[in-house]
Amino acid sequence: MLVTHERLAELGILYLEGTSVESIDRAAHAVILSGGTRLGYERLLLATGARPRIMNKTVEPKSRITTLRTYADAVAIRSTLGPQCKVLVIGGGFIGLEVAASAVTKGASVTVLEAGPRLLMRAVPALMADLIRAKHERSGVRIVTGANVKCIDVNESCSAVFLEDGRKHFANIVLVGIGAVPNVELAQAAGLATDNGIMLDETLATSDPDIFAAGDCCSFPHRLYGERIRLEAWRNAREQGAAAAANMLGAERPYIKVPWFWSDQYDETLQIAGLFREQDALIPRVLGPRGQLLFCLAADGRLVAAAGFGSLGAIAKEVRFAEGMIAQGFAPKPEALANPSISLKLLSSQHRSSL
Amino acid sequence: MTNGLEWVAACDADALQPEELRRFDYGGRTFVIVRSSEGDYFALDGHCSHEKVHLADGIVDGHIIECPKHFGTFDYRTGEARALPACVDLRRYEVKIDGNEVFIRL
Ligand SMILES: Cc1cc2nc3c(=O)[nH]c(=O)nc-3n(C[C@H](O)[C@H](O)[C@H](O)COP(=O)(O)OP(=O)(O)OC[C@H]3O[C@@H](n4cnc5c(N)ncnc54)[C@H](O)[C@@H]3O)c2cc1C
Repeated sequence: MLVTHERLAELGILYLEGTSVESIDRAAHAVILSGGTRLGYERLLLATGARPRIMNKTVEPKSRITTLRTYADAVAIRSTLGPQCKVLVIGGGFIGLEVAASAVTKGASVTVLEAGPRLLMRAVPALMADLIRAKHERSGVRIVTGANVKCIDVNESCSAVFLEDGRKHFANIVLVGIGAVPNVELAQAAGLATDNGIMLDETLATSDPDIFAAGDCCSFPHRLYGERIRLEAWRNAREQGAAAAANMLGAERPYIKVPWFWSDQYDETLQIAGLFREQDALIPRVLGPRGQLLFCLAADGRLVAAAGFGSLGAIAKEVRFAEGMIAQGFAPKPEALANPSISLKLLSSQHRSSL
Repeated sequence: MTNGLEWVAACDADALQPEELRRFDYGGRTFVIVRSSEGDYFALDGHCSHEKVHLADGIVDGHIIECPKHFGTFDYRTGEARALPACVDLRRYEVKIDGNEVFIRL
């Protein structure tokens, strides 16, 4: 548990469990709750998160398909996993791959069906995705790319997934992990602007200056990348929440934290700082069997992303110091980034002392 | 020995640079030794209170030690949890320097 009821009370936070906000009355500065109660506000924060994207294919309701978002989802999925269990995962993104890793570790037989040409298309470059794929295949997960699902049906007691190319797969449980959609309906109904999420300015304010948003539900302009982005990452939710709170109290500071994501796969860790974009140059640093780092330089030479996959001890510090360099707009020499004998801590301290 | 506690030699004082961390294992337990930028030494439980990840792989920033995995942070002077997902404080141990050796009281 992150916080106790006593601590919430101590902080003067009223926590209404099992209550949803049905609508926002912006003119009256009030929200209307599911029971009909009105609650007034001076400033309002929307942190409605995201929900799993649903497949727009024919899905027979009796087929056992599931998604993963909440603790209850996780407990339900775990209770079905085990030897003898056949698991199909639709979607080779983070959620799908983490479920695949957990399921195969519990003895299940696991196949991942990915529509794209490779895994993790949105998150990491091919070089990193190939390392992660190899780790899964060594662990016994079957991975099928270019797999377009046509429909999901029930065949005796099994769920059957039919692909466009005529192949079919059977499983006891089908997990769909094809991304998330931001929960924007409440904001939209109140007339707030949305654009791939509740649309914010740099200070995390919505189109109504008394309403802010943070986390998976919002999109915001990021000055390091010169574009509007929406993140689905834990650390972003934590840091945007704190930043939005400060701005709701009048700080007026732009949110400029470097995007950060981690994913645990088996006993290995993937960490990503910044954003990998098509147009930027990639520089790998090989750490031998302990892991691999990958850096990304923009056209002007600035470090804009860094990722590491391998043992936590081998990659964590390096990605963390790379994050510092990304935040400062440092343009390190590609040769130095590629050289495993030059620590990122040293590189970033050289940069700081040259300022 | 007092109150069942004893001073245990953990590492050489000059083996640690300022803002550096060192893992120390003793009696089936694991600890992290921190040297602050002011040159003082501190000792805490080695594993993050959120998941079993060793803090010696993390980084030091001011008086904060940050877990390498999910970025929970602690004030290493007190062991107090400072940022989620860490919400349980770490136990802190007394430290003394004798000659060139760091001792912790266990
Ligand atoms: C299976 C899984 C694994 C993940 N793994 C990682 C990982 O390894 N690393 C990482 O960085 N991130 C990970 N994430 C992403 C991370 O969990 C999210 O980015 C983070 O939870 C977003 O926080 P949030 O507060 O914006 O939204 P949420 O955590 O989705 O919280 C939003 C809350 O708002 C409530 N709500 C919505 N509408 C209303 C309403 N009208 N009234 C009242 N309440 C409402 C919802 O019920 C929900 O409780 C993972 C996510 C999932 C699902």
